[in-house]
Amino acid sequence: MTQALLSLRGVTKRYGSIHANSGVDLDVLPGAIHAILGENGAGKSTLMKLIYGVEAPDEGELFWQGEAREIESPAIARRLGIGMVFQHFSLFETLTVVENVSLLVPGAKKDLTERIRKLGREFGLEVDPLSHVYALSVGERQRVEIIRCLMVDPKLLILDEPTSVLPPQAVDLLFETLRKLSARGVSILFISHKLEEIRSICTHATILRGGKVTGTVTPKNFDAQALAAMMIGRDMPQLLSDTPDKRGEDRQHLSALSLASEDPFGVSLQDISLRVSAGEILGVAGVSGNGQSELAAVISGETPLPKRLQSKLTMLGREAGALNPAARRALGFAFVPEDRLGQGAVPELSLVKNAILTGHRRGMVRNGVIRHPRAEAFAQDCIATNDVRTPGPRAEAGSLSGGNLQKFIIGRELMLEPKLIFLNQPTWGVDIGAATAIRKRLIELRNAGCAILVISEDLEELFALTDAMQVLSEGRLSPRFTTSETVPEDIGRAMIGASGGAVL
Amino acid sequence: MRLPKLVRRERASLPVLIAAPVLALAIAALGNLVLYAAIGVNPVAVFHAMLIEPFASYFSMSEILLKAGPLLLSAQGLAIGFRAKIFNIGAEGQFVLGAICASAIPVYMPQASGPWIWPAMLLLGALGGSAWAAITAFWRVRLNANEILVSLMLSFVSLQLLIYLLLGPWKDPMALNFPHSVRFQFDALLPILLPGTRVNVSLLLALLVTVAAWFFVQRSFAGYQLEVGGLAPNAARYAGYSQNGAIWLSLLIGGFAAGLAGAAEVAGPVGQLQRSISTGYGYAAIIVAYLGGLHPIGIVFSAFLLSTLYIGGDNAMVSAGLPIAAVNVFQGSLLLAYLIAATFVRRRLVWPQRTRA
Repeated sequence: MTQALLSLRGVTKRYGSIHANSGVDLDVLPGAIHAILGENGAGKSTLMKLIYGVEAPDEGELFWQGEAREIESPAIARRLGIGMVFQHFSLFETLTVVENVSLLVPGAKKDLTERIRKLGREFGLEVDPLSHVYALSVGERQRVEIIRCLMVDPKLLILDEPTSVLPPQAVDLLFETLRKLSARGVSILFISHKLEEIRSICTHATILRGGKVTGTVTPKNFDAQALAAMMIGRDMPQLLSDTPDKRGEDRQHLSALSLASEDPFGVSLQDISLRVSAGEILGVAGVSGNGQSELAAVISGETPLPKRLQSKLTMLGREAGALNPAARRALGFAFVPEDRLGQGAVPELSLVKNAILTGHRRGMVRNGVIRHPRAEAFAQDCIATNDVRTPGPRAEAGSLSGGNLQKFIIGRELMLEPKLIFLNQPTWGVDIGAATAIRKRLIELRNAGCAILVISEDLEELFALTDAMQVLSEGRLSPRFTTSETVPEDIGRAMIGASGGAVL
Repeated sequence: MRLPKLVRRERASLPVLIAAPVLALAIAALGNLVLYAAIGVNPVAVFHAMLIEPFASYFSMSEILLKAGPLLLSAQGLAIGFRAKIFNIGAEGQFVLGAICASAIPVYMPQASGPWIWPAMLLLGALGGSAWAAITAFWRVRLNANEILVSLMLSFVSLQLLIYLLLGPWKDPMALNFPHSVRFQFDALLPILLPGTRVNVSLLLALLVTVAAWFFVQRSFAGYQLEVGGLAPNAARYAGYSQNGAIWLSLLIGGFAAGLAGAAEVAGPVGQLQRSISTGYGYAAIIVAYLGGLHPIGIVFSAFLLSTLYIGGDNAMVSAGLPIAAVNVFQGSLLLAYLIAATFVRRRLVWPQRTRA
């Protein structure tokens, strides 16, 4: 048997009383594409931080090429030959590609430029070394990150959910690159929870559940259902079957809205038109950063529309452009924002107080005085019906895991009995069990006649959930696709937009 | 070189929360005693004058109560704004305007009598303070002018207004050109609370305001909205709470309380409008508010602490020959020490682990 490049034995990491990793064993062989599979909160990120030297393990040993080592910092990890591409890129937008590379890699700019071009040709990572990062697409930025790791000739490359930010066609190109790297003997640790991807590219998969390894398998020998069962410890919950489309009256209507962004790095909205009806789920697909947050702020009312544009937005039968978020809520609108901590909830306040944030209209305030028993009952109810895991309603919102807090926020908004609800990235970072529960509730709500608008990056989710989709790309919204008559490739083409495949 | 890192705690540490002001006081006291020794003043004498003498007699203890009143009033109002992250630094100016407006009644109606006069003066003073703060709120809402700068600058303007009135239209004609107003008639003075002292009903008023502030912060929806706006502005926007409303409310409340304190000062121990109507109460109230953790109950303790230091500082100037600037330095270092200590309520230091060889 060949010697493993990296071996972990009994690695344990605790945060307070929580075991993020306990007794993890892992062997990464040279040239392997090794998946670390697990739900959010299973300990994948912690494990990668231990390997990349961001955190130190409490117990256990780490062997690099057969020798016991301690990796005290990312700089040492890089010196050993470990590179990491984070989910959120660490590039300076105002600098050029080569300038970004030169921050970590020594050498004259001219040589670096040449090497970037050469690596690009070799591994299918073509990107102009002299262009500014802000002008690059997400896929190109990811390539810059990968190139930056490859410049120092790594033996192990860690990729944290690399496909979550890419349109489908770009995923294929990335996989092509990874296969080439693997053929050269570079090992790859591939973190993901997307089962089909792992089956198509990975040679090994180590499955984590609750911080423990539950199995190391060859993913090609198992189908997605079996992998999912290993990952979540039970069978995959099924979504409700689709009900026949019986659309009611228009609940929201946005016509030909163009809005220039005030933020120089923001995206201007151009000619946005959409319509959501009662008993319908409309999805807005697309990769984040194409105007998603700008569109969300217009719909929620957080960005007030200038006077000349106010007639472009209708909500629940009323012209809503001039209404602030509170006035829109009074009409029967509810909103689940993308950012949970600091927007959807106040981290320093208890769940009871976070229930008041938007729930105050439901009898929690009388004559300007808060009725705490009511708010507490509401929070308790929300915790119980939505299976929020928390010590109780008095826990600070910031102490909940991302998925649990999201369940609380969505639960709170649904308890307002909205006629129109808008969700921005509703299941981002939520474990599969909770995400399925959320989707199930949304479909029930749709069947009960609510109009639902969902912005999501997750195409699988949109295909499972929506009746129709539109794609947001570079601030423009595509025409409507009926979900049942559409395949992911259609959506992918719309994501790339009119400018063609060159900017993948 | 390995430096420790500040790491956010999962939740606020209650022991540190309580220990922070005590620790800050100890550190500031120690640091200043060293300073006093360095400028050639006997630190033991200063210590005795500052912290022992104020409690040495019934009268000087009553003076602590007297000084605590305006500090308590102003700080309760400021704290509500500070919790909402709206930084009204101009309580000093609002205090002066309160004093001016309250004085209008006895200045223009020196012969008037009746039990309505001092309550009317307090009300007028509070409204005057609010009106002065409203200027700041208006420009912040209208032009997004920084409220710290505007309110601070307006404090200097208010001082000029005071001097103009005292040298011009409101000057006491019998005062031999000294810049102060007429002495107020009896009905324009606050009733004395503790016989034989200068402590008047404004202390009760301050405690009443404390209860009201507690209720506002803990129970009212408006207080809740302000708190959300301070902790997470995006959440307040998401919920649709008005940011402009928060600015207006915070500044009006702060101005009202500071104006009330100013009115109580002219109608209380001073008994006339004069140039030195405020000895920096408005600025000291900022320290009081933070030292009390911006909590209505905590502020009661910090108001009495700072008032003790005021009295003690006066004593130290007389008996230990301490320069007046030293008292200000003490106040400033106390706030600084507290802000550092308060950092550790939600954060902790992590030393990099020594690596085994």
